[in-house]
Amino acid sequence: MILIFTEIADGSIKKSSLEAIYYGSKVAEMMGTTVTALAIGNADEAELAKAGNFGAAKVLHANDTKLTNPNSMAYASVLTETVKSTGAKVVVTAKSSFADAVTARAAGALNAAVVGNVTELPDLSNGFQVKVSIFTGKAFADVNINGDVKILAIKKNVVAPIESGNSAAVEKISPALADNLFAAKVTETIKATGMISLPEADLVVSGGRGMKGPENWQPLLDLADALGAATACSKPVSDLDWRPHHEHVGQTGVKVSPNLYIACGISGAIQHLAGVNSSKVLVVINKDPEAPFFKAADYGIVGDVFEVLPKLTKAVLANK
Amino acid sequence: MKILVCISSVPDTTSKISFTDGDTKLNKAGVTYIIGPYDDYALARAVELKEQSGATITVLNVGSADAEPQIRKAMAIGADDAIRVDAEPTDSYFVAEQIAAVAKEGNYDLILMGRETSDYNSGVVHGIVGEMLGIPSFSPVMQLDLNGNEAIITREIEGGKEKLTASLPLVLGCQEPIAEWKIPNMRGIMTARTKPLKVILAAGSALTTTEKYSLPAPKGACKMIPAEEAEKLIELLKTEAKVL
Repeated sequence: MILIFTEIADGSIKKSSLEAIYYGSKVAEMMGTTVTALAIGNADEAELAKAGNFGAAKVLHANDTKLTNPNSMAYASVLTETVKSTGAKVVVTAKSSFADAVTARAAGALNAAVVGNVTELPDLSNGFQVKVSIFTGKAFADVNINGDVKILAIKKNVVAPIESGNSAAVEKISPALADNLFAAKVTETIKATGMISLPEADLVVSGGRGMKGPENWQPLLDLADALGAATACSKPVSDLDWRPHHEHVGQTGVKVSPNLYIACGISGAIQHLAGVNSSKVLVVINKDPEAPFFKAADYGIVGDVFEVLPKLTKAVLANK
Repeated sequence: MKILVCISSVPDTTSKISFTDGDTKLNKAGVTYIIGPYDDYALARAVELKEQSGATITVLNVGSADAEPQIRKAMAIGADDAIRVDAEPTDSYFVAEQIAAVAKEGNYDLILMGRETSDYNSGVVHGIVGEMLGIPSFSPVMQLDLNGNEAIITREIEGGKEKLTASLPLVLGCQEPIAEWKIPNMRGIMTARTKPLKVILAAGSALTTTEKYSLPAPKGACKMIPAEEAEKLIELLKTEAKVL
């Protein structure tokens, strides 16, 4: 059996987790087994049943009130117990900071091999081999996994799910939760609301120093809004506090792999490229024709972002 | 207060990556090695905590003798002594096992490291260490202050951040802006030469092995669109690239 650790947002399984379920179902086909998804926290049963549409036969739902707020240690304990009780040998999750925190502790408890940034389905012809992205997307490694329990964190856009129309059976579970899992006290949560999640986004519009100041962001926000895209920024922009840190994309920030990444006024330092190089299509808008980003781009416009952005927004709206 | 800072030795982030020996080894020729950028933030915060309220800092590296310049640099920045576990850091679980073994011996109050290494980017070592030691772990940590035995932490979450408090001992995976990177001064460099560096043997074995490396396929040429016809881009993204 293949177990998927899913993440829940607003009562539903996150899109990246649905991709993980679909990836798991493809691995299950290769291994002649089935997929069970683990959902932790407050979620609607009808929403969880949709995991079946992506290949899960069953959903195990742990919905203790103590689990309403994501707590990596408590979630890891639930994952560990579920791996033990189901006898799962392969665990799949979508790569995220939170999933990493959860699977890491489960790996520690289970003596499990854990491999991140998986970019393809495994090769089972001689053991269990996966291709992973390394050096922040600059290279790949073919890794043989020898542990009895294997945990894979997959990158976004590794599989393109085909929905089956099936529904999964949802089963409630009530794992034991030790008090020490809740030793840390969350005193404050600051979260942007109504924003499209950057790591989950299919479309991203990002701004760099070429935007010339936080007061000039409106044309970029307008394009993002018209596209339904998430907004991002380069490191200098978040260092200067023009935009919040959680929007910083790059080597030391968020790594994104959307279908489309539009870079506005970003020169394309190698550290920035590291965060975006697994995007399917890269668009660069920069007034400097020598900007290194053009070398990595699929489409380029040499021009003033403040003239180009409104044109793009207008074209998007006209096409709707 | 005893702080253990775990550092990786990795190619400079601007390095061009290539492979040798039939794509089975990283080509180290012409590559400059540095302290892992995230680990460097963890080290910088440890040194600040030491300056503020007194602490001893031990720096720990799992790696070959090639990593010693980075270990000496960490001591020049402010660590008091160092331990190197003599083994190739090829697997997250294996590296975590080495760190946990050292941590058990040393009874540290804080175990700091970067949120991930910049080579394999797995971001799981801190969590595995925390579980092995039976103590809490948090990552990615953007702010860390101490109030006696209590740590006040700001951690990044998707779309925002979360403030929390937890009692020591803890394992933390750090990232900016927890502290500014520190550059060693001449006095630091001189004293680092004589600070103790203990080399110990590894225990256990890796659960994963890398068979082969490869590079991404080269990117095709960038299609340029004149600025005055910028709206054509949207059409191309729809009909040609099919991403809208």
